[in-house]
Amino acid sequence: METIKLTIDNKEVEVPNGTTIQKAAKKLGIDIPILCYMELKDMNIENKPGGCRICVVEVQKRRNLAPSCSTNCEEGMVVLTHTPRVLNARRTVMEFILSDHPKDCLVCAKSGNCELQSMAHRLGIRDIPGQEYAAMSTYRKDFSPSIIRDLDKCIMCRRCETMCNTVQTVGALSAVNRGFMAAVAPAFEQNLEFSTCTYCGQCVAVCPTGALTEVNHVPNVLRALADPTKTVIVQTAPAVRAALGEMFGMKPGTLVTGKMVTALRSLGFDYIFDTDFAADLTIMEEGTELLDRLNRHLKGDKTARMPILTSCCPGWVNFFEEYFPDLKEVPSTAKSPQQMFGAIAKTYFADKIKVDRKDLVVVSIMPCLAKKYECQREEFSTEGNRDVDFSISTRELGEFIKQANIDLNNLQEGEFDDPLGESTGAGVIFGTTGGVIEAAVRTAYELQTGKKLERLDFTELRGFEGVRSATIDFNGLPINIGIAHGLGNARKLLDDVRSGKSQFHAIEVMACPGGCIGGGGQPLHHGDSEIIKARAAAIYAEDKSKPIRKSHENPFIIKLYKEFLGKPNSEKAHHLLHTKYFDKKKKIIVKQ
Amino acid sequence: MSTIKIELRNEDVAKIKEICTSFKNDPQELINVLHSCQEHFGYLPAEVQEVVSGELGVPVAKVYGVVTFYSFFTMTPKGKHPISICLGTACYVRGAEKVLDEFKKELGLNVGQVTKDNKFSLSSLRCVGACGLAPVVLVGEKTYGRVAPDDVRNILKEYE
Ligand code: SF4
Ligand code: SF4
Ligand code: SF4
Ligand code: FES
Ligand code: FES
Repeated sequence: METIKLTIDNKEVEVPNGTTIQKAAKKLGIDIPILCYMELKDMNIENKPGGCRICVVEVQKRRNLAPSCSTNCEEGMVVLTHTPRVLNARRTVMEFILSDHPKDCLVCAKSGNCELQSMAHRLGIRDIPGQEYAAMSTYRKDFSPSIIRDLDKCIMCRRCETMCNTVQTVGALSAVNRGFMAAVAPAFEQNLEFSTCTYCGQCVAVCPTGALTEVNHVPNVLRALADPTKTVIVQTAPAVRAALGEMFGMKPGTLVTGKMVTALRSLGFDYIFDTDFAADLTIMEEGTELLDRLNRHLKGDKTARMPILTSCCPGWVNFFEEYFPDLKEVPSTAKSPQQMFGAIAKTYFADKIKVDRKDLVVVSIMPCLAKKYECQREEFSTEGNRDVDFSISTRELGEFIKQANIDLNNLQEGEFDDPLGESTGAGVIFGTTGGVIEAAVRTAYELQTGKKLERLDFTELRGFEGVRSATIDFNGLPINIGIAHGLGNARKLLDDVRSGKSQFHAIEVMACPGGCIGGGGQPLHHGDSEIIKARAAAIYAEDKSKPIRKSHENPFIIKLYKEFLGKPNSEKAHHLLHTKYFDKKKKIIVKQ
Repeated sequence: MSTIKIELRNEDVAKIKEICTSFKNDPQELINVLHSCQEHFGYLPAEVQEVVSGELGVPVAKVYGVVTFYSFFTMTPKGKHPISICLGTACYVRGAEKVLDEFKKELGLNVGQVTKDNKFSLSSLRCVGACGLAPVVLVGEKTYGRVAPDDVRNILKEYE
C-alpha cells in the first residue's frame, strides 16, 4: 500500500494514503478533539459530515484551518494541532454551539455521559459571551413508546441520520429545514410514532447529547416495588450481564451476572429470573418449527416456505412489518424471549405461587429500546394486563442501582431463582450476532439426526461481518444458514427472499449492529467498537463456562413441558408462545 | 408544522409517476423531480412527496428534508396572485418587514397562507437580485420596487 510521510506537531509519521489527519495524529498519541465525527470500526459505520469544526488544525501553506476528521494527509504536510489560532477557533465553535443549547445539565438524562458536556469541559469553556442576547431555537418534545426526542439539545452532528438511513436503511430521520430551524426529524416533522421508526434505538446509542434518550420506566418499577400488594419479578436479557459493569468503571467485557443478581435482590425484586431461560424455550419452539417446515419442504410440500427467519428481535419484527409485509408468513411465529417469559410467568408461575396475574408485575432488563414498544403491543396483553409490565434498559438499570447507593463492584455473586432462572450456554449466546442460530443448530441437529453433537462451538457462525453464511452438515443433509445484523444487512437478505433467489434454510436477523450486545439500551460505546467486541467475547466465555450448553437439556425446560406445555408447538405452546405479524406499512398520516 | 391534508386523484398519481419515469426514477434526480411536480401542482403537499418517495425509493423523511431545505419549494398552495416579499439584506434594511406586516394586516394572512377565496397567497423570499429597487415585492410575474407600506393597498387594488 502506498504510504505518505508528514509531520504533526513536529513529529514525523508515516500512514497509508487516504488516512485522515485526525487518525494520523492518533498514531502519534495526539488526541485531536472530535464531536460530530463517529466511527465504528469493523462494522463499516462512519459518520463524517465535517460539520462541527471542533477538530480543526493548522496546515502549513493553507490559508484556512482544516477539519482534521475529514482532511486526508498529503506527502510532506506540516500540521500543527494546538496553535493559539487553532485553540481560539475551537473555542469560538464551541461557544457558538453552546449559545443555542439549553443549560439544564443538572437534570439532563445524558449528564455525565454527554460528549458535548465533556467537550465544553475539555476546551475550558467557562462563559458564553453574548448569550443574554442570543435567541434559542426551540422545538417541541416528541414522546414515543421507546424514545424521547428533545431537539433543543440537538447539535446537528447527524450521527442519528447515518444510523437510521445508511446503517439501518429505515430512513425515519432526515435533516430538515435550514439555518436556525434546522433539525433532524421524521417526515413532515411528525412524531416518531407515526414514522417508519423501528425503535431499534441505534440513533439513541450514538447521539452525543441529550437530544435522543430512552423513555425512562424506572419510576414505574419503583412504584411497583413500593406496592405491598404486588409481587414483582424480574428477567434479565443475556446481553445485559456483559455490559452493565461498564457503568461501574469495570473493563468492557467484564461479566457481572452474579453481582447483577445480588443488586436486583437488594433493590427489592421478589424473584430474580433469567431471560436466558426463555431463550432456551424459544429454541425449543423455533427449532421445532424449523424442523417441521424443513421436513415438509424436503417432502415437496409447497406450503412449507423456506427460509425460516428468526423472530426474537422486536426491532427486526417492526422492520419487516413495515417494509416486507408481503413476507409476513416467512418468519418464525415464535415470540421473542422477553414475551415468552412474560407469558409463562403470568400463567405457569403465577399459578405456582398462587398470585393473580394482576398482582404479579413482570419487569424486564433489556439491552434494547424496541422491547419497550414490544411489551406494549396489544396482542401481548390479557384483559388489559400486560405479560411484561415494564421493560427497562441496561442503562436505566445501572442508574437505578446507583440511585440505591449500591456499588456493583463490592457485591457478592448471587444466584438466579428457580424455576425460571436456569439456563444453558445456548440461551446466553442469544445476546450476540449469530448466537440465536448457533443455539438453534445445537438443538435442531440433535433432534433431527438423533445423534449427539461432536462439537458445540460453531465458529463459522460467529464474527462481525454484516452478512455471513455457512453450511452445516446435518448428518449428510446440508443446511444453509444466513446471518445478518443491522437492518441494512437484513434488507439485503430479505430482498433475495422476496425475489426467490435465497438459498438459505434459516436466517438469523438482529436489528442492532453486533446483535443485542450493541443494542440501543446498552451503556454508550461513544464510537469504540472494541467495547462491543469485548462484550461478545464475554458472552461466549459465559457459554463455555456453563455445564449445560444445549437448550433441550435444560432440566427446567424439560419440566415445564412435562408439567404444563406438553410438547413443543403443542396447542397450548402455540397459544402462549407464538404470535402473528401484521401489515404495518405506514400510510401517510398528516395531522393538522 | 401544519400541513394540509389532501386527497390525490388517480390522474394526479399517474402524473407524478410520469414525471418520475421521465427522470428514469433516479434518486439523484430528486430535486428535478420535485421541481417538475411543483410546476404541475403549484406546490408540494405531503401526499405528493409520499408518491415521489415511493417511486424513487428515497425515504419520505429525506424528500421532506429536501423540500424544507430549499426555499423555492413550498408545501402550501399558491393563490391566483402569489405575493412574495423579498427579505434579503438590502430590502430588509430598507424596511421590507414593515411592508410584509402591512400585507399581513390587509389580507389577514401569515406567511405561507392563502386567502379563503384562493386569490392571494403570501410568502417571503431571499434576495431576488434587484437590490437597487429595494424593498422589492413580487406579485405573480410582476415586480414592484421601492415599495412603502402605504403602497400596499394600491397594489392589492390592481388585482380586484
Ligand atoms: S430507533 Fe432506529 S429506526 Fe427509529 S429513528 Fe432511531 S435509528 Fe431510526
Ligand atoms: S439528535 Fe443527536 S445524533 Fe441526531 S443530529 Fe442531533 S445531536 Fe446528533
Ligand atoms: S438486536 Fe437486540 S437490542 Fe437490538 S433491537 Fe433487536 S432485540 Fe433489541
Ligand atoms: S469532528 Fe471534524 S468536523 Fe466535526
Ligand atoms: S435584498 Fe431584496 S432584492 Fe436583493
